[in-house]
Amino acid sequence: MALVGPSGAGKTTVLRALAGLRRARGRISVDGHAWLDSARGLDLPAEERSVGLVFEEYDLVPHLSVRKNVEFGRKGGASLLERFGLAPLADAKPRELSGGERQRVALARALAPDPAVLLLDEPLSALDAHTRGEVRTELQQLLREADRPTLVVTHDFEDAATLATQVGVLVQGRLRQLGTPAELVASPADPFVASLTGANVLRGRARRAHELTELELPTGELIRSTDPAEGEAVAIVYPWEVTLSRTPPDDSAQNHITGVVASLVPVGNRVRARVGPLTAEITNDSSERLGLQVGGTAVASFKATATRLLPESLSR
Amino acid sequence: MKHAFTATAVAAATLALAFLVVPVVALFLRVPPGDLIHALGTSAAQDALVVSLKTSAIAHVAVLLVGTPAAYAIGRRRFRGRALLLSLIELPLVLPPAVAGIALLVTFGRLGLLGGTMSALGIDIAFTQVAVILAVAFVETPLYLRAAIASFEGVDGTLLDAARTLRARPFRVFARVALPLAAGGLGAASALALARGLGEFGATLLFAGSLQGVTQTLPLAVYAQFEVNLDIALAIGALFVVFGAALLLALKLIPGWTRSISLWTFRSASSPSTSS
Repeated sequence: MALVGPSGAGKTTVLRALAGLRRARGRISVDGHAWLDSARGLDLPAEERSVGLVFEEYDLVPHLSVRKNVEFGRKGGASLLERFGLAPLADAKPRELSGGERQRVALARALAPDPAVLLLDEPLSALDAHTRGEVRTELQQLLREADRPTLVVTHDFEDAATLATQVGVLVQGRLRQLGTPAELVASPADPFVASLTGANVLRGRARRAHELTELELPTGELIRSTDPAEGEAVAIVYPWEVTLSRTPPDDSAQNHITGVVASLVPVGNRVRARVGPLTAEITNDSSERLGLQVGGTAVASFKATATRLLPESLSR
Repeated sequence: MKHAFTATAVAAATLALAFLVVPVVALFLRVPPGDLIHALGTSAAQDALVVSLKTSAIAHVAVLLVGTPAAYAIGRRRFRGRALLLSLIELPLVLPPAVAGIALLVTFGRLGLLGGTMSALGIDIAFTQVAVILAVAFVETPLYLRAAIASFEGVDGTLLDAARTLRARPFRVFARVALPLAAGGLGAASALALARGLGEFGATLLFAGSLQGVTQTLPLAVYAQFEVNLDIALAIGALFVVFGAALLLALKLIPGWTRSISLWTFRSASSPSTSS
């Protein structure tokens, strides 16, 4: 499971409370063992909770070798060193390792005492952009092999969706929505969840128009949706639902917004294009075929059936 | 104008340096080196050396054994009245040593606060080697505690948290993680406290007296021999200069040495061929 939310949402606080590193009230019980029960005055110290915690900066003990770090919690971590591909680095000191290697050491160290629960605090944020994707895939694999209840805390929805099967959105200490990544994308509970999952969020005034709903943007443009809404509302459209063309196309899409191309950012085999108020994700091929250029104009099209409407009151 | 000021500043620095160095050098110039070494062989100097080394060693070990866990406890916690506690620890540093001596006397002396009870038990501390040890420990403790607390404060707390989540009991967190991470600062604190303890004069004189072979430490011997045999006083002074210079130089060099090590490993880590 992953907890995702903006900084200051209380994600790390949740982890520290689970690990027993921070005072908390309430109840925590794992596999039938109570760790915290304020009503009964029970609060196990961190060293008596069966939890493996991987810290944001990995926090390896600097004066101990990789082997000593991994064996800190339990002796005989040779097989773990082997399994995590750390055997050749066993005698290295943490400062000699790359970010990805440090993370593997931290994970091996946390798993060595065979904890009932594994907690990871922003496991990818200490890495630079170009090693991040690689380490994320590697981490996904390692977590699958670790095969135990795992809670990952991150501010990045993509990280959460890759590493977890269930994602909870935490904002200002409150759980806004809990579901699979697909569920959060398909039906975000509020505009914040929608923008966290990468959607375009457009604000305006909604009113009924025949069988559809029309949302009037502050710029005067109209967006149609099959969802019902009335008054202040937001439209939610995912970048991969938006197509681009040079002239308004003659197609079934109800929504066409003409705008200036503000940016074109290649992301792997795709291009993220910013057109007017919208972000569209199209293939490199399409981008080249259209001859898109920053500063030029383009028409962004998306279907009324792909446009979700939520009342503005949910966004707070 | 600018040049004139630079010249003045350089002149000031030269003056200050000369003011500090010339008297120290003078210690060595008054008597030939051979006579100095010979003077150190006299019974007065030998006795003082033995008393100093013995009392300082015992006091220092006691200060480290009690002061280190105490500094850890204070350095890693935030609590009400912490600033007051730190001020109390530092207070003896700003007291004249003679005041410290009198304070110890009215505490442990025969008519002192605790002395009466101890005297009834047959324990009489004042003017014994135990008194010297107490006086040395009394001046060492604030110096060591203050620096050791700062060293433990500088340890990254999440490393201690990490150790706890790895099932480390409090003693193991202290011994395996906090202590090695604070070791550099603790070493420097220990060395400075030891030097201060060896040089202790006023508190020892008032509380323990200056009895050759019993309570007369090296600094007390300097004072005692000053009017009897100046050569011995000068020889002990020279000994202090050599010891102090060696200590300060070691403190300057050891951090530089560790820094160059970490630089070297950083460089080797960034070149893939040597990283494994």
